[in-house]
Amino acid sequence: MNAAPSTLQNKTSVISLGASDLDRGVESSGAPLVRLQWQPVGDGSPEVAWSLAQLVGDTTDADCLGSRIDRANAEVLERILTAQPVWVDIAAHASEVWPDMGRTLLHAGPPIAWNDMCGPMKGAVLGAILYENWATSPREAEQLAASGGIRFAPCHEFGAVGPMTGIISPSMPLFVVENKTKGNRAYAPMMESGGAKTLRFGAFAPEVIEGLKLIETVLAPCLKAAVTGIDGGLPLKPLMSQSLHMGDDVHNRNTAATLLLYRAVTESLLKSSISRDLVHETLRTIGADDMFFLSLSMAACKATMDAAHGVPFSSIVTAMARNGVNVGIRVSGLDGQWFVGPADIPVGLFLPGFSEADANPDIGDSAITETAGLGAFAMAAAPAMVQFVGGTPQDALRYSREMAHVTIGRNPGFTLPMLDFIGAPVGIDVRKVVDESMRPVINTATAHKEPGMGIIGAGVVQAPMKCFVDAVGALATTGAR
Amino acid sequence: MAIQSSIKANLYKDSVSLMRISQVTVARTGVQRVTLLMGTRSNKEFLQQAGLMGPALEGAKPGDIMIVVADDAGEKRAAAEQEIHSLIVGEEPKGGSAEAAADAPPRSISRGVAIADHADLAMISVPGPYAAAEALKALRRGLNVLLFSDNVPIEQEQAIKRVAARKGLLVMGPDCGTAIINGVPLGFANVVRRGAIGLVGASGTGLQEVMCQIHRHGQGISQAIGTGSHDVSSEVGGITMLQGLDLLAADAQTKVVAIVSKPPAGDVQKRVIERAGAIGKPVVICFLGGEPAASAGNVHRTSSLEETARQAVALAGERQPGGDEQSIEALATRVCASLAPSQRYLRGLYSGGTFCSEAQTIWRAAGLRVRSNAPLAEADRLADVEASQGHTAIDLGSDEFTVGRPHPMIDHGVRIERLLKEADDSTVACIVLDVVLGYGSHPNPAEMLAPAIRRAKAAARGQGRELPVICFVCGTDTDPQAYETQKAMLADAGAELVGSSTGAARAAQAIASRMAADDNATARRVMQGGER
Repeated sequence: MNAAPSTLQNKTSVISLGASDLDRGVESSGAPLVRLQWQPVGDGSPEVAWSLAQLVGDTTDADCLGSRIDRANAEVLERILTAQPVWVDIAAHASEVWPDMGRTLLHAGPPIAWNDMCGPMKGAVLGAILYENWATSPREAEQLAASGGIRFAPCHEFGAVGPMTGIISPSMPLFVVENKTKGNRAYAPMMESGGAKTLRFGAFAPEVIEGLKLIETVLAPCLKAAVTGIDGGLPLKPLMSQSLHMGDDVHNRNTAATLLLYRAVTESLLKSSISRDLVHETLRTIGADDMFFLSLSMAACKATMDAAHGVPFSSIVTAMARNGVNVGIRVSGLDGQWFVGPADIPVGLFLPGFSEADANPDIGDSAITETAGLGAFAMAAAPAMVQFVGGTPQDALRYSREMAHVTIGRNPGFTLPMLDFIGAPVGIDVRKVVDESMRPVINTATAHKEPGMGIIGAGVVQAPMKCFVDAVGALATTGAR
Repeated sequence: MAIQSSIKANLYKDSVSLMRISQVTVARTGVQRVTLLMGTRSNKEFLQQAGLMGPALEGAKPGDIMIVVADDAGEKRAAAEQEIHSLIVGEEPKGGSAEAAADAPPRSISRGVAIADHADLAMISVPGPYAAAEALKALRRGLNVLLFSDNVPIEQEQAIKRVAARKGLLVMGPDCGTAIINGVPLGFANVVRRGAIGLVGASGTGLQEVMCQIHRHGQGISQAIGTGSHDVSSEVGGITMLQGLDLLAADAQTKVVAIVSKPPAGDVQKRVIERAGAIGKPVVICFLGGEPAASAGNVHRTSSLEETARQAVALAGERQPGGDEQSIEALATRVCASLAPSQRYLRGLYSGGTFCSEAQTIWRAAGLRVRSNAPLAEADRLADVEASQGHTAIDLGSDEFTVGRPHPMIDHGVRIERLLKEADDSTVACIVLDVVLGYGSHPNPAEMLAPAIRRAKAAARGQGRELPVICFVCGTDTDPQAYETQKAMLADAGAELVGSSTGAARAAQAIASRMAADDNATARRVMQGGER
């Protein structure tokens, strides 16, 4: 228990937190002083503050819980940075990927029961039931869902991600992205064209079902031919990296990425034996939707973050997902658990005729992009985006700078020109979120709360603190065992 | 008085900011009472006890500000509440430019460490329930800790001190008011020259008084390490005190070590004395309020702060400071001449807890029974802290006086009220006041106390009595408040200035003993029929 003599040999340099009146002596002595703008961490409860303190790493104590977490996190960061997501295939039907799916519908966000689902998700469930011919009318479909005849499960638990309501049914075709480094695969449904009248916003009118069939019969086979024609598949990381330099965040702005995809697909399709009409139909679908690439962006991020999941002790978030009622996060070292909190309404612009009163709380698996250090974390690359929140390009830089305070590393694969080409911040650490009381920012579209009304705005939203506070509590309890 | 309460959700402010807002609100609106507290469990209990708890506050969370406004006039309450809200908002950082936001001051220790110039010490004064967590974070990052905060759960104190000891780091505190490390004054600290004497202490004002006296004797301080008041309990085991002894043993500048503390728990006391005997430097130990003990080897035992300072200075070799016993006797004789026979009791109104203990020790040793809100023996606890009884020594810095209010070293309001109340008591022989200077204390305490002393003396005079007020100033000529000016202002108000806390307590005791003796003499004369 001898105190190191260095205590009295160093020049004293002080960090002060609490009452600023106590600083005067230090100030007058001329010793270096940093004053903190201290606030209670997380949700303000002393118990959480104490739990969090148990999780701090210590370079002189390799066995303490915090040091174990730091080591696990270094492994997680390595897995994130070395991931090589490649678009390798199209699965003609989800049931090919999961043969024993049966009457399962996958949905966005953390687990939720039929009765608790928001309007758009209920609408999408009805649409999917009709699309699968499990019922012949919306009313019958509703009875089936309410009677417990459908099994619901989060996309995330199946290695998949879905935008907005994120419904995946057995017949739907899926993008297949493989992380070449670890060999794991991730899946995402294709973007429907048709704006508001799409299943992902909860519409289930006959033309919506027709649109889904068109994807199954035209778009999916063509894209399968296209990707098969690209030798070794289409590496997504370089494409996304290039898109950041062209003004995308690859979450809410995919204009450049969709064009780059269009370029790759066009050449491959023209080399294929597919009829000119079908090629045209496919290219028209991709070209008509600036957001078409989002599915691939999400699948690439999912393939990356799934490889980082399941490292014991790690405090890094491997999924943030919203089901329109709750936001849930998954943490690498806490396999098999969701930490949930109530979803907020996004803050931003509304299309003419709509207001916050029409908005559904935050929904969709697309926050996997922020989880992987893109989206709002790479906002500095996409200054055009801040118009949604009435901000200036300076605000875009600020988002990227601030998120560096809650992450453990930077991704040299995704650089930000406006910030001197520094890597985008990556690896959300639940400890840092709670310690800084800084919630991760998510770029998002806002859905109408009624089924099938579509997108009514866009903006930013923050994941609820409760998710991170609960995860910190679980890490402290698990670690203590 | 009618009460109105509300909540400002999700905004933490420290108690100093909240008290400032309360003061400004009272000053601007003339409302009778404003209480602003964070919504912690203990603050709610406090409001409950004070009869200020309203239904609106039941759901308050620790991160919410509870607002209580008391006044009989509804419009005053409303005006006050509006004022409070605008003051709270006015203090929030403005939503300025993006650049400003990006460069916003750090909130967490980890970010503080990242931007600091090789930080090696965290000074923590956040509310007690959060304090140990911050301390642990600082320790894990290799920082020593000064924990000013009190009300830290004992098991958390034990946990952080164990981690610190393993890492060879110091945790000064919890409840550590003062320290000087490498010449940097921390917390409540006086400006003293650097010198050959190293201090370790569990009592903040005790350390301050000893270091000021050492400075006034011409010596100086190498390091002053506070341990916090719980360190010497058997639960904590004196971890910091023992570490402090080791540090001072190894510190080349330190020639003499002095320990100032309340008496440690039995096993801790034994270990401290053993360690002190083995460090190879002279050690002066003052366990204030403990049993007198004989010096042995390099360990010199003292029983007052004055003697501790004097002994340490003598051991450091240069001078042999003298005492002021004679002037104290002269003062007592002079003062007693003007007192009425009814004036028999002492009233110590202390802002420093150690001074309150020292006075009780000295008064008891002279055979006086002393009651206190912080008694040396439980039997002497005051039934009602607001009402003195016989000889009374009050620690106005203890919890019952400071919840939701500034410490009496910063705000003399409560002490002045009490002084005027004591002036009304015809049995009071004299009042003792400590005046603590240095960083952290009131910028000009004499300016607050001098008029109050005048008023108290005038009030007593109005009732046909003299009221002696004995003051001592814990400070130095280099303190920001200017020692000599402070003394002159107090003397000008009629206060009797004594050079040390020990001297002040002795002077008071001499007065009480004389008055009791006079009383006995009178009684004897009456019994003998000698008085006509």
